Amino acid sequence: MPSLKELKGRINSVKSTQKITKAKQMVAAAKLRRAQAAAEAGRPYATRLSAVMASLASKVSGSAAPKLLAGTGADQKHLLVVVNTDKGLCGGLNSNLVKAAKAKARELEAQGKSVEFYLVGKKGRAPLRRDYASQITGGFDTSTVRTPGFEEAEVIANELIALFDAGKFDVAHLVYPTFKSALAQDPTVTQLIPVPAPAEAVAADAVVEYEPGEEEILEELLPRYVRTQLFGALLEREASEQGASMTAMDNATRNAGELIQKLTIQYNRSRQAAITTELIEIIAGAEAL
Amino acid sequence: MPLHFELVTPAKLVRSEDVHMVVVPGTEGEFGVLEGHAPFMSTIRDGAVQVFRAAGAAPEIIQVRGGFAEVNEKGLTVLAEHVEG
Repeated sequence: MPSLKELKGRINSVKSTQKITKAKQMVAAAKLRRAQAAAEAGRPYATRLSAVMASLASKVSGSAAPKLLAGTGADQKHLLVVVNTDKGLCGGLNSNLVKAAKAKARELEAQGKSVEFYLVGKKGRAPLRRDYASQITGGFDTSTVRTPGFEEAEVIANELIALFDAGKFDVAHLVYPTFKSALAQDPTVTQLIPVPAPAEAVAADAVVEYEPGEEEILEELLPRYVRTQLFGALLEREASEQGASMTAMDNATRNAGELIQKLTIQYNRSRQAAITTELIEIIAGAEAL
Repeated sequence: MPLHFELVTPAKLVRSEDVHMVVVPGTEGEFGVLEGHAPFMSTIRDGAVQVFRAAGAAPEIIQVRGGFAEVNEKGLTVLAEHVEG
């Protein structure tokens, strides 16, 4: 049975924790709105780019296709690009991402492929290093900038393409969270390099003139497409982080409230018990006289 | 009939409006796009996109870096990675 003083101390400490979680929740809610707006603003570019990609890719095929589209011809070395957040306090978001990455790695390894990791963001490093310490080839630190933008995506994409050109991997997969709502952020695994051929073949009705040629344009377009994919992943990550953080902190605030209530009841009871004991002592003393 | 012009960057849709003519800095030379231009696609070099709102009006100049332009029956779309101004 803790003393009254101890109880009071605990209540106060839970109260200050609640203040922190509440503040973090409100900050996340405000940032979420901005992150969502940014994610939506990035969509027109992505849709237009993939439309152009689709129409071009259907025209350029066979041996003329650039390496980024056709692949190296091998399917042995896989690279997992895992996009994690830099900050914690966002519930199970990061552990879900790591879990998805590990599941994909196991699946590939079961097929006899070699797997390596490229990590974006701080929070995936420690858990992945525990299991795959020797397979982490590189990473990108996004914690130095406040909100990762297109420049960061560009740097990551250029590094990945350089690695690809150097023959360090054959296939790259991108693992990132897709923001569905503040309650649900699903880890998604998509193929990044070689660029998956668009499913819908656009009927080439009009004769389009190309300047310089189809191959040259496609060659320039593919790195751009990779960059856009990464940028999209960064935007999704931002929105997911804030969403998950908001939900997690909301729960934490509510739990703290419940805990305070319980502790207060306990505090009042023991105070009452102490008063009753004192009264009994006085009455017993008075009767004895 | 005006030309529908869209300028898009990864961060946002910069312009979506009807204009008279747009001059785009293509890799192989500048080209002007008017309404009814034949389907055309070109990469662009770093430079200025000039937007003419009306015939004879002073152009609005937008600096773009990296990207390409596409002309189809719906109009002109310029996808640029960076836009200044």
